Amino acid sequence: MIRVDGRGKSDSLIQVRGLDKTYRRGGEEIHVLQGLNLDVDKGDFVAFMGPSGSGKTTLLNLLGGLDVPTRGSITVSGDEITNMSGSKLTSWRARHVGFIFQMYNLIPVLTAFQNVELPLLLTKLSSSERRKHVETALTVVGLAERMNHYPRQLSGGQEQRVAIARAIVADPTFLLCDEPTGDLDRKSADEIMQLIHRLVKEYGKTVLMVTHDPVVAKRADLTLHLEKGVLVESGEPQGVSAGGVA
Amino acid sequence: MKFRRLILANLFRKKIRLLLTIGSFAVALFLFAFLSVVRDAFGRGADVAGADRMFIINRTSIINPIPLSYRDKILRIPGVKVITHDNWFGGVYQDENNRFPQFVIDPENQRQVFPELIVPDDQWNAFLKDRQGAVVGARTAERFHWKIGDRIPIKSTIWGKGNWEFNIDAIYHGKRPQDDETQFWFQWDYFQESVLDRQKGNVGWYVLRLNSPDDAVRVAKSIDDEFSNSPYETKTETESAFAAGWVKQFGNIRLLILSIGLIVFLTLLLVTGNTMAISVRERTGELAVFKAIGFSDRAVLFFVLSESLVIALVGGLIGLGLAVLAIPVLAKGMTGLLPTLFLKPSVLVSGLIIAILVGLASGLLPGIGAMRLRIVTALRRV
Repeated sequence: MIRVDGRGKSDSLIQVRGLDKTYRRGGEEIHVLQGLNLDVDKGDFVAFMGPSGSGKTTLLNLLGGLDVPTRGSITVSGDEITNMSGSKLTSWRARHVGFIFQMYNLIPVLTAFQNVELPLLLTKLSSSERRKHVETALTVVGLAERMNHYPRQLSGGQEQRVAIARAIVADPTFLLCDEPTGDLDRKSADEIMQLIHRLVKEYGKTVLMVTHDPVVAKRADLTLHLEKGVLVESGEPQGVSAGGVA
Repeated sequence: MKFRRLILANLFRKKIRLLLTIGSFAVALFLFAFLSVVRDAFGRGADVAGADRMFIINRTSIINPIPLSYRDKILRIPGVKVITHDNWFGGVYQDENNRFPQFVIDPENQRQVFPELIVPDDQWNAFLKDRQGAVVGARTAERFHWKIGDRIPIKSTIWGKGNWEFNIDAIYHGKRPQDDETQFWFQWDYFQESVLDRQKGNVGWYVLRLNSPDDAVRVAKSIDDEFSNSPYETKTETESAFAAGWVKQFGNIRLLILSIGLIVFLTLLLVTGNTMAISVRERTGELAVFKAIGFSDRAVLFFVLSESLVIALVGGLIGLGLAVLAIPVLAKGMTGLLPTLFLKPSVLVSGLIIAILVGLASGLLPGIGAMRLRIVTALRRV
């Protein structure tokens, strides 16, 4: 169940409590997030929306351990990541987070196969085991036949599929998607959203996604809006209850 | 190594830049090897000098002679084992460009004083019996295609005009690769018969061997004291000091070569450092992605250092490989102009070590920059 009132179960997969993030620009303090709460369970698919500068990407960065909050805590599978050292956080990211970026961020000098293999280079898997995992991930995204293509030889939609394969290949605890369709045409965007939806429904993945696009957001179980630094439920949630969505 | 493919893929990202950077390493390392060889060649005398050998020259200058009559007096000084003498002949073969060192030698003691220059016994015996006989170093024989039995003219530029005729009776080889194989020796008696009366009975310098190198200082003092206040005062010094003094006449070659080498490597450091910095800056977003998906700061530093190291090693090996191939050819072409050019294995090892150090140093700053990259900031730049 996704909740934003800070009263979620203690065994939620992701538990955010009283999250503050303040930036200093010039002499001025900008409070991007203020006492934000969030509970997400395994297999949930949540979309974050909000105007530019509302802190969506900041929230995603904090949840992914790419940035540290000014105050508050984030706990994932019982591990409080806000207290981790830089190197611990790095290995935590490798095990628990799959990132999908708006601009795909593939390495242009590596083939689709090699790009997807990257997270596995950090594991103790043998070369043949890595190959098996990469082939499976590319099959899931429907690009097994293009594994030897370089990013420049793929369309935008295909590049994003490779990026999704890279995000899921190490079987992370959850996926963070930052505007995954922001650089795609409608048709490709639909295909990508179908794929992400399938990852949630068929493979039980937990997905947290930032988007500007209401059509894309509709694919999620729940859309949360960032307003004045806190999350507010909205949209057409499927079974909103007081403070939560079943 | 599972990161090999990743490192290679990054290296080949900009092929022309890679080629130019490797090229600059190769040129620098070739230059390093060549300059080292030239420096060694100038310092060769000091390097190959026998620890128990001393040179005695006229205190005024080496071009001033010393009487032959000094020989027996020197031999009587305790600690002196054997003594020989030489004169500089300074002739040319056929034309002015064909210069090489020719010495009038004392055949009786030459081989005892210079045991590292090997002459086969049968050839040496033939030389002893031949008044116009000559012993020639293997490199000079090869240079002019001389063989035993050839009769060759050497035109004197000091000891009267005209050609002196010699028979090649023997060819000597050095025991070590760095030994000088360019000399030409001929008989003292032949020389004495042919020079003017006023020039007779004088030697250019003496070379002696000691019973023990520990006696060098005492023996040198005794010899110089013996002939002080005479018309031919002497200056006695160890062979290495003599050779070093000889090189000094050309200027401070060592300092000159070291300075050039240092400038070359500093330039190389700047060029490679700049290349690596540009390469890292171009990949800021990619490096941020690496870090985001779980590559540690140390792994990122490792990638950057590996790339610069591979460039340095490949460039270095190409440059040193070229030196191995080209220096013998250059040495042949420069026979007579420079002392023997010989590429020592230690130069190759030092070159490789320098290449590795420059490679690491040039990758270090960009690598630390990449290591400290803030993921969130870098991703915003993509």
